[in-house]
Amino acid sequence: MANIINDETIEYIGILAKLELSEEEKEQAKKDMGRMLDYIDKLGELDTSEVEPMSHVFSVRNVFREDVVTNGDSREEILKNAPGEKDGMFVAPRTFA
Amino acid sequence: MDILQWTALELAAAIKRKEVTVMDAAAAVLDSIESREGRYNCYITVDREGALKKAEDIQRKIDSGELTGPLAGVPMAIKDNMCTEGILTTCASKILGNFVPVFSSEAVLNLEKAGALMIGKTNMDEFAMGSTTETSAYGETKNPWDENRVPGGSSGGSAAAVAAQECFFALGSDTGGSIRQPASYCGVVGLKPTYGTVSRYGLIAYGSSLDQIGPISKDVADCAAILEAIASHDEKDSTSVARDTDFADALTEDVKGMKIGVPKDYFGEGLDGEVKEAVLKAAQVLRDKGAMVEEFDLSLAEYAIPAYYAIAAAEASSNLERFDGIKYGHRAQEYDGLHSMYKKSRSEGFGAEVKRRIMLGSFVLSSGYYDAYYLKALKVKALIKKAFDEAFSKYDLILGPVAPTTAPGLGESLADPIKMYLGDIYTISVNLAGLPAISVPCGIDSKGLPIGLQLIGDCFQEKKIIQAAYTYEKARGVFGTPTIENEEK
Amino acid sequence: MAKQYETVIGLEVHVELSTKTKIFCGCSTAFGGAPNTHTCPVCTGMPGSLPVLNKQVLEYAIAVGLATECAITQYSKFDRKNYFYPDNPQNYQISQLYLPICRNGKVEIETEVGSKTIGIHEIHMEEDAGKLIHDEWEECSLVDYNRSGVPLIEIVSEPDMRSAQEVIAYLEKLRLTLQYLGVSDCKLQEGSMRADVNLSVREAGAKEFGTRTEMKNLNSFRAIKRAVENERERQIDLLEAGDEIIQETRRWDDNKGESYAMRSKEDAQDYRYFPDPDLVPIQVSDEWIVQIKERQPEMRAEKITRYKKEYDIPEYDIEIITSSKHMADIFEKTTVLCGQPKKAANWLMVETLRLLKENGMEPEDIRFSPENLAKLIGLTEEKVINSSVAKEVFEIMFDTNIDPQLYIEEKGLKTVNDEDALRRTIEAVIGANPQSVEDYRSGKEKAIGYLVGQTMKAMHGKAEPGMVNKLLKELL
Repeated sequence: MANIINDETIEYIGILAKLELSEEEKEQAKKDMGRMLDYIDKLGELDTSEVEPMSHVFSVRNVFREDVVTNGDSREEILKNAPGEKDGMFVAPRTFA
Repeated sequence: MDILQWTALELAAAIKRKEVTVMDAAAAVLDSIESREGRYNCYITVDREGALKKAEDIQRKIDSGELTGPLAGVPMAIKDNMCTEGILTTCASKILGNFVPVFSSEAVLNLEKAGALMIGKTNMDEFAMGSTTETSAYGETKNPWDENRVPGGSSGGSAAAVAAQECFFALGSDTGGSIRQPASYCGVVGLKPTYGTVSRYGLIAYGSSLDQIGPISKDVADCAAILEAIASHDEKDSTSVARDTDFADALTEDVKGMKIGVPKDYFGEGLDGEVKEAVLKAAQVLRDKGAMVEEFDLSLAEYAIPAYYAIAAAEASSNLERFDGIKYGHRAQEYDGLHSMYKKSRSEGFGAEVKRRIMLGSFVLSSGYYDAYYLKALKVKALIKKAFDEAFSKYDLILGPVAPTTAPGLGESLADPIKMYLGDIYTISVNLAGLPAISVPCGIDSKGLPIGLQLIGDCFQEKKIIQAAYTYEKARGVFGTPTIENEEK
Repeated sequence: MAKQYETVIGLEVHVELSTKTKIFCGCSTAFGGAPNTHTCPVCTGMPGSLPVLNKQVLEYAIAVGLATECAITQYSKFDRKNYFYPDNPQNYQISQLYLPICRNGKVEIETEVGSKTIGIHEIHMEEDAGKLIHDEWEECSLVDYNRSGVPLIEIVSEPDMRSAQEVIAYLEKLRLTLQYLGVSDCKLQEGSMRADVNLSVREAGAKEFGTRTEMKNLNSFRAIKRAVENERERQIDLLEAGDEIIQETRRWDDNKGESYAMRSKEDAQDYRYFPDPDLVPIQVSDEWIVQIKERQPEMRAEKITRYKKEYDIPEYDIEIITSSKHMADIFEKTTVLCGQPKKAANWLMVETLRLLKENGMEPEDIRFSPENLAKLIGLTEEKVINSSVAKEVFEIMFDTNIDPQLYIEEKGLKTVNDEDALRRTIEAVIGANPQSVEDYRSGKEKAIGYLVGQTMKAMHGKAEPGMVNKLLKELL
């Protein structure tokens, strides 16, 4: 296996992705990610030095909306699924100490 | 008279002739669900009361002449990754276990406008990540042809529900084969439209540049009618395109002069012998009907899977960031501060396969790896698109298998993700290139499992696909349904 | 000899655009709504929602690029910037990294030591975040997404500034440009213009840049000035002590007059940018750029030239009045309404500037309407009120934009033009002040001043002083 994923990397990716893996999951993730990256490394066999990356399949351009207010007050609906609500706002854990 | 045996179009016609009512149809489907769900688990949510009430409403509109379309009054099922206003939409994930959307997907709205009746929301792989419908947080769906086998995925619930006659048709979504492969495993028709044909508004995104909603139906004629109903240019989806949508006009039995390419690469190592035989037999049927069929080299097929997984995982890692326990969905009970809440809620809410792809996606986008993985994959995507462009300069359609094998047994696939991913080898490049493709049943193997034929068209060439698929289907004759033999057990 | 240090500063300026709707949805951008009343599935990151670009945002961004001599990127895209925070509903911000809409511009600034060119590295479009309110009673924060999705442009300068003075001059210039373009009101206090300061120090003459820090939370020019000076000192102290400067983001605390590092293990600065698959690329044609250029409103330099030609007012007044787009607008509209440019300029130059200064306000905060100022000028000209009453009314108008006509009628402040009444009052004043009358008659001209004052007092200030003078002389 060419790609060795170490504990540090798993920890770091966990911070980026906001995932906390159990010890068992971590070991599995290290193996899985290593294998997947080896597999993706196969792309290296292709010479793409002259190729433009393609983010969108079609050449559709310039899709806009006009600057016109179309939405009214939908606060009630927006808050309907909130795990925590107070005074018309979403409740989150304290963002700074 | 067994209503459940009818196709969607047959049912709608009968309703129009007043031979049956929408309420009869709804009751028949709901009864079928009641008797079969314990075995197949096609649905996550069944909206019994809502459907019965809505049925009367639709019947009134049909009676008054307000609803005249070919799908008016037909009970349908919707994959649970499409938002439905007021009805639980889970993406088969614990993280959305209590999520009730405040708006409906454009595709669902379009079908409701056409008078179709939504019965419920179908099971799927969690967030559409998987090929077996086993990654669902709500239990796996079983293949109606063999309860010990998977229905395929990720739209496994939708395909199984159509096969098990628990609805007349269903919507699925296809990011790497998620409509075509379960359709193939379940012996029904599934079509992935050209990217941009069906609005993605309301579809809970997996890989935004690859996702496309499409029909899963009993036959090609139904498929064309459903596609015609759901295709629309939606101003709410920037990637939605204005195009022709008169798909039903392509339902003609004629492939004379049509040029069909069969990629040699699709028939090599890894392809099951019986599948190969059935697909080549289907090619012969089209040849006999007057099509020019020949082999050619479609290179790069082996690079499609790694490119796909880099791109889909990257997009998924970003698309799934919004599930954070603040605005909706699961929030952990105990945590210590903001980041702990994020981590605990997400780790509890997401299943293993979803976590695996989020981790991979975050990694390939992270500082220092972006160029080597993500950007490289986008370049390979460009090469794959180019290879298809070249193929379509010579051929009207490309013909091949949908999957290397028929439906595997339950629990066989998840142990080895790479092996599972390899099962997508014939479907994935279609998504990378934004192409339309259909899966049509073309045989049954020695295990009694359906085999699917795939026809791939150039962008916006759904009509050619439908025409060829329809011609093939007519020549093939009636394809059995699984439930008939299993019912009496 | 102590080492000499040079400060190197670059700015990232975020400006809220004054569009009617948000950048990717049809929600209003209006200030002051109850929390979450200007929200929809798109700007709250609901599953299944998708963004569609507001065309006006793009045209405003291009207009700013043209006004700052940028090259417009004719093939441009949006990217996602991924980071978790509760004010960021999708946990990614739609922004531009790889192909920002404008690049390589410049802005000329003037300081005491002369003029200088500050390079603009790029201008990109992005969405604003929501607002977090910290609940004092419970251990939680509350999230309001009304501001989420309000369009922003981020103007990134080159590290061309060397002092707080240059930073302020640059910001003033940007602000004026944006206000003249009509794309933003640029209020620092309200957050519609925000500046992050990237600062490093190096030994004078050094070629290489030092390690920089990024300072956030700067809500006024004063705070920016203090933060720049404080951070310069902090970095020099570290270097002098032989310590290393850490590249980091710091938050300015204006109350304490110091900054602190915003470091946390959970805030890895790795944004995993990639092209947003939900938005299609933008192609800007040459014709479109020309159109936007042609639509560009009159900028300050053009206005100054025109004022000089059209109005007979001092150049100094022109400089001051055009230093604020809002003030220039008031001036022009008032002039159109009352036909008295000189009077209009005077009210702005004297009373308005005085009141602004006294109240610690900026010209952008002027609330009275040109209609009311024109009325006030008209009333004074027609001698309906005298100048001291006019000043009194103006002060009220400055505060609450009252209609001067209605106000003086309500309060009975009209000058009394009834000569008989005035004559009777003066006769009474003369009768009551024999000493002053005597003084005047014996040649002490100044004594008449006292009598005028007494008359005005008796008339409750509503007499016209000229007429009082005339009648007094007559009767004496």
